[in-house]
Amino acid sequence: MLVLKSAGRALGMLAFGLALSTSLQAPASAQQSTDTAAATSQESQVQTVKIGFLRTYERTLALSVLDIPPEDIGLAGANVAINDNNTTGSFMGQKFTLDTVTLAPGDDVEAPARKMLADGVHYIVTDLSPEDTVVVADLADAEGALVFNAGATDDRLRNDDCRANMLHTAPSRAMLTDGLAQYLMWKQWREWALIAGQHEDDQLFAEALKRSAKKFGAQIVAEKTFEDRGGARATDSGQALVQRQIPVFLQDLPEHDVVVVADENEVFGTYVPWRTWVPRPVAGTAGLVPGSWHPASEQWGGAQIQNRFEDASGRRMESKDMQVWTAIRVIGEAASRTQSTDPEQIDAFIKGEDFAVAAFKGQRLTFRDWNWQLRQPVLLGTENSVVTASPQEGFLHQVSELDTLGYDRPESTCSFEE
Amino acid sequence: MRRLPTLALATMLAMGTSPAFAYKIFVSNEKGNDITVLDSENFEVVDTFDVGQRPRGIAVSPDGESLYVCTSDDDIIKEFSTDTYEFIRTLPSGPDPELLVVAPNGDRLYAANEDDNLVTVIDLETGGRLAEIPVGVEPEGMGISPDGQMIVNTSETTNMAHFIDRDSQQIVANVLVDSRPRFAQYKKDGTEVWVSAEIGGTVSVINAETKEIKQKITFEIPGIRSEAIQPVGVRITQDDSKAYVALGPANRVAVIDANTYEVLDYLLVGQRVWQLAFSPDGEYLFTTNGISNDISIVDVSEDEVIKSVQVGQQPWGVAVTPE
Repeated sequence: MLVLKSAGRALGMLAFGLALSTSLQAPASAQQSTDTAAATSQESQVQTVKIGFLRTYERTLALSVLDIPPEDIGLAGANVAINDNNTTGSFMGQKFTLDTVTLAPGDDVEAPARKMLADGVHYIVTDLSPEDTVVVADLADAEGALVFNAGATDDRLRNDDCRANMLHTAPSRAMLTDGLAQYLMWKQWREWALIAGQHEDDQLFAEALKRSAKKFGAQIVAEKTFEDRGGARATDSGQALVQRQIPVFLQDLPEHDVVVVADENEVFGTYVPWRTWVPRPVAGTAGLVPGSWHPASEQWGGAQIQNRFEDASGRRMESKDMQVWTAIRVIGEAASRTQSTDPEQIDAFIKGEDFAVAAFKGQRLTFRDWNWQLRQPVLLGTENSVVTASPQEGFLHQVSELDTLGYDRPESTCSFEE
Repeated sequence: MRRLPTLALATMLAMGTSPAFAYKIFVSNEKGNDITVLDSENFEVVDTFDVGQRPRGIAVSPDGESLYVCTSDDDIIKEFSTDTYEFIRTLPSGPDPELLVVAPNGDRLYAANEDDNLVTVIDLETGGRLAEIPVGVEPEGMGISPDGQMIVNTSETTNMAHFIDRDSQQIVANVLVDSRPRFAQYKKDGTEVWVSAEIGGTVSVINAETKEIKQKITFEIPGIRSEAIQPVGVRITQDDSKAYVALGPANRVAVIDANTYEVLDYLLVGQRVWQLAFSPDGEYLFTTNGISNDISIVDVSEDEVIKSVQVGQQPWGVAVTPE
């Protein structure tokens, strides 16, 4: 049934591609009257844009089985984006291909990156560790290629370790915690008790929370570290034990409005909501969580992307899927705007002033030219619903209110010249 | 083919001169799952009736007897009597219908199915599906030429206006416009199609003959950030002199000289203004304001907002009976 349907569609599209090739002249001449040579060559043949997707995946445990990332996390977003690009491409004489390589964390990333580049891939979308993301960006740079970081949230990739050929569709931790902080301040929950895990990522998230508190005038009234003593994530009598342990651990906190949690490694964070010593809301990596997307987001036309995502992958769309989808859509958008598959033209357009992309977040998204971070609203959600989207009302900015999230131009330590 | 618009115009003028004739205003309430009915005498709410899940695009048949409602979450289009509000029948729209347009002679209905990248053609006599036409990603806006020969669909993620020939049911041209095109509106003389782009923040005026963009209209409102200016609904007066564009979260309707494309004014209406419709005599313009749950009524000759009326929850579409 499903196969038949899509086969029919593909045939239909093919028929259109043929029927349309002459009418394509209209937009071509309207938009780009100088480039008639490109327009005529489009008519005769379909031109291809090769996109690579380099990712790591390993089934990791979480405190709740509901939070274990699915095996196709990110990849499912890539597939939907390629389909979207190709539907549009069928009207433009453009085709987009996806070459995906999935590694285990710690595997060598250089060989597959080199192979992609050797195969003529000019755009590599990554969902890798920050170290590997930079390695791939530097390899790509030698070939004049671009990397879209759709996975790593590390602020250093937007600051000291930035690269002129590395663009970010993933929000940085600072953007996420700024989005959260604005809402907490809007609620006038100004006194935060910070509980952080001991792993490096947890500490980076905690640092981002502290920076956001300072930026927006919240006060961190206490800080505690939750030690990872190893052991199983879930055991038969686990619940009873947690119910007793967590409140005791939080008992000595001074007066606070909200508990903010920094536990990217899923050691304790999920256990905090509903188990605090005094009744307080929880936010951060647990409770009210900031993200680039939410499986329940349906605003701003989001229902449509959710529906076609669910049809294609059998699950709802997560943040990482959206980040990868957006990266591939950025390339597709630039190819249709420039009516070209020439990397030079596409790259110049993406990095140019006129570039903007729509990604179901209620406004156009653009790149910051000081570090190539995509400006984007941050959604704050619980397990099953979106609570709000930041920037919050009243957080103003002279250029774009989206620049109230993350490192703004004056604070940036990114320098592309070296 | 040429005669039809002139004839329609003549009828409109004739109707405009008759002193007191009543019409009804229908407003779809996206969240309320119902339709609010207002009379033309005092613009008061006279009735509300349930229609199904998430009603959005609505249209009245040219004879004024039927109201077509896209009940998006029910995945169907429903037909109601504009007189008794009785449910008449269901039309096979395909999943998640959002906007529709009825042929000027009332024989066909064209609906955009956002989930399936299709435009569905429905025979209004039999109620059956005539064709499904593949278009770009997330088809949304539906416009039709005054002679009914050309249908224009906009696709929100592909960012194109697709021109579909009525007879061959084939796309004959694709015009790239700005981000998230929402609405397509022909001029009454059939020479231009105006396409709004919500995220792009522009309206593209397309030459209907050559399919070239002859003008791109941009908007600037002091004190409103440019990202919040999101053009959605577009309507052009019967005499093609002025155009009105709903600017979404900017809470304003732009008034544009339809000959020079100059923005003449911004009218402050309710919050998140979405769709527009004229009264049959062209004297008034009705706007749906999704967040303030009301409609604004604009005096077209003065370009002044004269009244706002509370309707249901999250008003989305608006349609008016021809008499």
